[in-house]
Amino acid sequence: MITVNGRDFPWEEGLTVEKLLQQKGYTFPAIVVIINGNPVPEDEFYKTKISDGAEVKAIHLIAGG
Amino acid sequence: MQKEQILQAHKLLGKFDYQLGSLERGYSDRTLYVNLSTNEIAEKPVSLETKEKFIGGRGYGLKLLWDGVSGTTKWNDPENELIIAPGPVCGITQYPGTGKSYVVGLSPLTQTVMDSNVGGYFGPLLKFSGWDALEIQGKAERDVVVVIDGNLGTVRIEEAPLEEINSHLLIEQLTEIYADTEEDKANISVITAGDAAEHTLIGLLNFSFYDKSRQAVRIKQAGRGGFGTVFRDKKIKGIVVKFLGVKGNLNHPADIGVLNKTGIKLHKEIATLDDSQNKMRKIGTTYLMKIMNDYDILPVRNFKYGSDPEAVNLSSDAFCKYFNLTGHDGCWYGCTLSCAKVIESFKLKTGPYLGTEVIVDAPEYETIAGVGSVCGIFDPEFVIECNFYCDTYGIDTISFGTLMGFIMESYESGVINEEVTGGLQLNFGNSSAALEVLHQMGQGVGFGKIAGLGVRRMKQFFVDNYGADPSFLNDIGMEAKGLEFSEYVSKESLAQQGGYGLTNKGPQHDEAWLIFMDMVNNQLPTFEDKAEALHYFPMFRTWFSLLGLCKLPWNDISPANNRTTDEPAKIPEHVQNYLDLYTGVTGKQIDVKEMIRQSEVVYNFQRVFNLRMGFGTREHDRIPYRAMGPVTVEEYESRAERYDQQLQQFLNIDPSEKNSEEKVQILRNYREDQYQQLVDSVYHRRGWNKQGIPTLETVQRLGIDFNDLVQLIQEKSE
Repeated sequence: MITVNGRDFPWEEGLTVEKLLQQKGYTFPAIVVIINGNPVPEDEFYKTKISDGAEVKAIHLIAGG
Repeated sequence: MQKEQILQAHKLLGKFDYQLGSLERGYSDRTLYVNLSTNEIAEKPVSLETKEKFIGGRGYGLKLLWDGVSGTTKWNDPENELIIAPGPVCGITQYPGTGKSYVVGLSPLTQTVMDSNVGGYFGPLLKFSGWDALEIQGKAERDVVVVIDGNLGTVRIEEAPLEEINSHLLIEQLTEIYADTEEDKANISVITAGDAAEHTLIGLLNFSFYDKSRQAVRIKQAGRGGFGTVFRDKKIKGIVVKFLGVKGNLNHPADIGVLNKTGIKLHKEIATLDDSQNKMRKIGTTYLMKIMNDYDILPVRNFKYGSDPEAVNLSSDAFCKYFNLTGHDGCWYGCTLSCAKVIESFKLKTGPYLGTEVIVDAPEYETIAGVGSVCGIFDPEFVIECNFYCDTYGIDTISFGTLMGFIMESYESGVINEEVTGGLQLNFGNSSAALEVLHQMGQGVGFGKIAGLGVRRMKQFFVDNYGADPSFLNDIGMEAKGLEFSEYVSKESLAQQGGYGLTNKGPQHDEAWLIFMDMVNNQLPTFEDKAEALHYFPMFRTWFSLLGLCKLPWNDISPANNRTTDEPAKIPEHVQNYLDLYTGVTGKQIDVKEMIRQSEVVYNFQRVFNLRMGFGTREHDRIPYRAMGPVTVEEYESRAERYDQQLQQFLNIDPSEKNSEEKVQILRNYREDQYQQLVDSVYHRRGWNKQGIPTLETVQRLGIDFNDLVQLIQEKSE
């Protein structure tokens, strides 16, 4: 199990940032991903693996109105 | 009809000559007063106190309106006013999104003070003509146009019997009449409404700008709150402003170098990043359709659902093939974000202009969602046709879409039937019936007259005349304070429920749009977090309305390094840009804290204004349950997994032991309680008491402890 934005989400072997975003349906074009406090560059989403128990933040940069 | 013939029928009712002058650091320090009952035209000085406390734009509008009406004034009383005010930064050409003006008056929908922002050239040209605001009071006996010539220094009220009413024709006529040459058309901006503004309460105002590259008069809308209805009630056909000589330094800014530098920075950002971000220059705000549908917050079928497989038919791809991208689409000079897309030639399929090829101010997200998905209609050509007729008839596409969704659900649930609708089968998805209602609004006939009352009055009408269940209608009627909701599903975001409910004018997303921060990012987990966001963002957004700024260049484009900042949602670099623009124009140094304080002054003044008009307290901050959660079993079961999980997680209830009706009620009790807790937190953060009234300490802190305000607060707080 991992947490995504503070909420539980099931972990699976080989889970990458790209796969996680797909599974969550996060299609918004501007998302900052931070794993255990470390930001992940967007061009590394496809190869960055997420380990079990990780704390993931997927912050959508849209707010205000 | 020939220009000469139209002009020959004009009769001069009033004329005022004024001294031309220049702006100083963004201000002329005078406002223009026009009374259509007496044909008085006058100049009013702006006091230093008003300037310092109310800043400009919406702030000036509110102050003038406060002085012009009483607590018993109704929207259609002659003493109600329409105030159009830009702001001190409005009109600069160095930075994108600096041509906004704000309309303020008493609304026919909410019965209290309303504000609505709009692009187009009118605000800047009014300023350059020498006026910080235009204040119109009274009612003409017959149709008039008001003409401000900012080069001659004249203001005229002219009886205007022969012009058209509908906007797409009238703006062309008035531009043609008052332009000396073809080139001169670019120096004219016109405000018009339309036929339906006379017959409904959801009238809007079109503000024109001349598109030189396409040689066409185009329009932007002050849509919310029914100002077109007020306009036609005052028998105004059009307001014309004419000013030759626009250039980048007419605000006489304190430091034009700062404006140039700040502007160039954003222009570069847009040029390099827009294509990889939101593509505003190519597709405008249509990009939002896919996002909202993907995240289940696109309103579908009267906000029952947040997505639909057919929504792909209303995506940006579906619309951009109609857009003409060969010209410039900024609604004021210098806006390189240029989101005002245009459909240059669209052949109408219905209504009085059937078969005519027209130019359409292309649909934006709110229009597409409102008249499209809210009504279960996923046909782009219907949306374009509807958009055109709403604009030319002078009615708000958001209110039209939202009220039509309410009608369709009322029809499908048996609240009304064909007898009531005059034979129209107003099921979700029936585009021809929806258009027929729109045309009826234009003519003021049939069911269109009932529909044009707006959701709040329709609810009462259905209860009084057809025995409808008021609690069901209150649950599904997407209005608050009398204004129809704008187009986002807020069920899964408590903060956005507050963003709609805890507003001054009603459920419009221009105060706070917090769905992603709250629902997706989970950045606002506590009531205090939500309350803080419902303080900061509404105040930040209010500031735009004081200065004459458009919101879009704030966060529809963001710097490449924004994601690494402490508070990316606020776009800190752009906030600094705005502070720099303020300093560059006015010469005054302020920081974010002062920016928010400036807004708080006006925001709290508006809250007390609502109080004065008989509103502005807790009971008026309620929202329909459809905005909070699933009203019906059908809605609950469509997202049963989500809701069941919440029952378990938040209430420790085993959903398998309850039937759907029970689960709907349990969830409702929980969510309604959450909303009330949020209200308490937000009131506390804003410095209001439990009734939602600003405390004396708050108005004293903000320096608006005027005698009449204090007296009002004391009376109402007892």
